Amino acid sequence: MTDLTRRKFTVLAGASLAALSTPLFAPRALGQAKPRLVVIGGGPGGGTVARYVAKDSAGAIDVTLIEPLKTYTTCFFSNLYVAGFRDFKSITHNYDKVKKGGVKVVHEMAASIDRDKKQVVLAGGARVPYDRLVIAPGIDIKFDSVPGYSEAAAQVMPHAWKAGAQTQLLLKKLNALKDGDTIVMITPPNPYRCPPGPYERASMFAHVLKKKGHKKSKIVILDPKPAFSKQALFMEGWEKHYPGMIEWQDPKMHGGIKSVDPKTGEIKTDLASYKAALANVIPAQTAGKIARDAGLADQSGFCPIDPENMKSKMDANIFVIGDACIPGDMPKSAFSANSQAKVAAMVVRSELVKSRAFPARYSNTCWSLIETDDAVKIGGTYEPGEGKIKQASTFVSQKGEAADLHKQNYKESVDWYAGIVADIFG
Amino acid sequence: MADVKPRIKLDKKEAKKGEIVEVKALVSHIMETGQRKDSKGEVIPRKILNKFACTVNGKEVFSADFEPAISANPYIQFKFKAAESGPVVLTWTDDDGSKIVGEEKITVT
Repeated sequence: MTDLTRRKFTVLAGASLAALSTPLFAPRALGQAKPRLVVIGGGPGGGTVARYVAKDSAGAIDVTLIEPLKTYTTCFFSNLYVAGFRDFKSITHNYDKVKKGGVKVVHEMAASIDRDKKQVVLAGGARVPYDRLVIAPGIDIKFDSVPGYSEAAAQVMPHAWKAGAQTQLLLKKLNALKDGDTIVMITPPNPYRCPPGPYERASMFAHVLKKKGHKKSKIVILDPKPAFSKQALFMEGWEKHYPGMIEWQDPKMHGGIKSVDPKTGEIKTDLASYKAALANVIPAQTAGKIARDAGLADQSGFCPIDPENMKSKMDANIFVIGDACIPGDMPKSAFSANSQAKVAAMVVRSELVKSRAFPARYSNTCWSLIETDDAVKIGGTYEPGEGKIKQASTFVSQKGEAADLHKQNYKESVDWYAGIVADIFG
Repeated sequence: MADVKPRIKLDKKEAKKGEIVEVKALVSHIMETGQRKDSKGEVIPRKILNKFACTVNGKEVFSADFEPAISANPYIQFKFKAAESGPVVLTWTDDDGSKIVGEEKITVT
């Protein structure tokens, strides 16, 4: 094996498969329907994999995307909507171009997966058979992870960690605040969607309060984690732009969150109690229900995958991508989901129509806006290693960087948004 | 700030004589170091809490000098040995001489 590297092996394997592909594929094309890819979830992961397989297989694979919503509001950039940098329309997308790209879009809820029969069962009872299934169901909120919180409480104390009506509710409550009011944020334990997201949101709250001249208002962050993503950069930014406004408490300080009361807005920790005019409670998270019900998740509530190909460790015909999977060193982000989707799309095509597969490579960048034209970023490249998706390289903004660079970061993030939504939704 | 009332927690309200009592306290304060410059390049004047002290029934059990490196909204955690019942008074002294005071009670049996 000394001189047979994985790369060479892939090339060799690809070549031999290519030679075989004609006789294998021909009877199938004549006698049977085309191979079928079914995708559950029309977000960054699902949208990307559906479009890429449809485009790159040029009609050789029958692609069906199952997504109950007619429009998709992106969670990424929803903090910028809350702060008034974007309007709601600009973060909401439809599936017209996905359909035009050769994907059959079924706007219905996928109720369950019949893994033995290789069929997805829709909420209405219809069954959609698949040869390969990619699921990208995103996260479910664990409402009971915060004492006193519930799905009903979320109508008063929004989590807004799934974008849409929750985000609009959050903005409505933010707009109703008066000077001197307290915003309390409860941030989630690891792992969760968008690690820097809660702290960008706190920054955006502060931006709005500052703009309104609410000098007496405070933002208290009650964190179950002793540290968070880009912490030094956020804290530097908070001191610079919003001195004294944001108070972050680690679990040693607050001693644990004892209760939240949606009726009174009271939030109690072991150290103190707060009367929150706006409570933004972001609970712990798990993989979407359909993944857990299908037995694709482990004890962590998320789905283990093979880092070489994004396949579920529980079922070789199913791929799990995006926030629902266990992505090793990658964070749960739209960028990650999009990157994982491209690996899954490549492997799906190689298995169904014998196209050539390359070794899996992944990448991610997370930008966070702290104040107008002041954005920081963190990112990396990743590849399979030690049984997981392993970080191969990394970069992160540094403290004390020039304002120009942070302005450039913001521009880069705006360009990235335009690019990724075009990649997902066409 | 909206709420300069310090948040104080004793791990017990009643203690036997000689028992250890843990105090946690968090206070909202900007803790401006005096080393930063504003957008015009002018130094932002220092404004920190420079001294902290805790008394139990009038007797000092713990004190600390705070320096500019202490973060905003300073959090302090310490222990004292229960000796007598009485008010537990925590006092933070600002550079401008003003004080933030918080009070709890301990009963020693």
